[in-house]
Amino acid sequence: MSTYRKYYRPFIGPFDPCSPIQWKSYETPPQLYLGFQPYNLPQNSPKEALRTGTLWPALFAPYPDPYKVSTSEEGEEQN
Amino acid sequence: MTEKQPSKQNETTQAYYTLLEQIQALDFVLVELTLYLGTHPEDSQAIQQFNTTSLQSNQLKQQYQQLYGPLYQFGASPSGTPWNWKDAPWPWQV
Amino acid sequence: MWVYEKKLQYPVRVSKCDPMMAKYLIEQYGGADGELAAALRYLNQRYTLPEKVIGLVNDIGTEELSHLEMIATMVYKLTKDATAEQMKEAGLGAHYASHDKALYFNDASGNPFSATYFTAKGDPIADLYEDIAAEEKARATYQWLINMTDDTDLIDSLTFLREREIIHSQRFREAVEIIKDDQSTKKVF
Repeated sequence: MSTYRKYYRPFIGPFDPCSPIQWKSYETPPQLYLGFQPYNLPQNSPKEALRTGTLWPALFAPYPDPYKVSTSEEGEEQN
Repeated sequence: MTEKQPSKQNETTQAYYTLLEQIQALDFVLVELTLYLGTHPEDSQAIQQFNTTSLQSNQLKQQYQQLYGPLYQFGASPSGTPWNWKDAPWPWQV
Repeated sequence: MWVYEKKLQYPVRVSKCDPMMAKYLIEQYGGADGELAAALRYLNQRYTLPEKVIGLVNDIGTEELSHLEMIATMVYKLTKDATAEQMKEAGLGAHYASHDKALYFNDASGNPFSATYFTAKGDPIADLYEDIAAEEKARATYQWLINMTDDTDLIDSLTFLREREIIHSQRFREAVEIIKDDQSTKKVF
């Protein structure tokens, strides 16, 4: 399964005024990878579907705070 | 002028929210299946699920409408007497 | 025609009086990638799309109207009981001067809504690719909005709306596959 978020190391200039963010990230949700949705994918219960915003877990993408999660360890895993 | 309807305040009870959310959950499944069937019109299992869920949703809506008034207008829901479509709360108020 | 449903698609809760967040959320009400632009774009395109995908575009356009109502609900709740002073502090003084608490179709910077935010090119591939891009842009806007609040109830509703953009993008991508497929060519010479 593909990851929901990709990381890269931006160039950090010696005169950048703000404290540098070591890893930048961007979102890569599942619609980029699924292709034409196959029949009979596993489903959420109605209650869970409403809560997550989709009937199919395969199309769900979480969105954790990118300013909290993008530590260097997380970044290295995903290139 | 009796614009205020304090009796309606009791609609915002736990039972009201529970029933409303059950309907929202079933109707959400129907939205998802509607869009899915828009691109998968031959998926007979999904169509069957759509029809079953539609029945379940209608049953819950009947129950809801008896307690809290009509969900639809232009004749898709029956009215109480007096005309109760205009009664608060509106969706953005609850 | 449309029939109104007297309920929201998803419950909208807001846990604090925060008119400044309302100022930012209005981006999704009357902004370029907002829900009004989305609804009007799809409902307007459906007249000139191939038959196979009209139903899908019609239904996504309709769902967008329910998202417009959710955004309006958030803005309404966030400003409902704010004082004139609080509106000023939130950067909504100019809005208040002209509209009091009434909602207005403009973006977060105050630019009024414009039909130039979307198009109907009449070319199905061009139109569906615009739709996919619009969904990704709306998803991004929801991400930036989520990043700016710590109200967990608000984040909950915004996360739902973000996920819907993902689903719509998925369906528009499938619509492209359907209309580009050779099987679609039923015309026999």
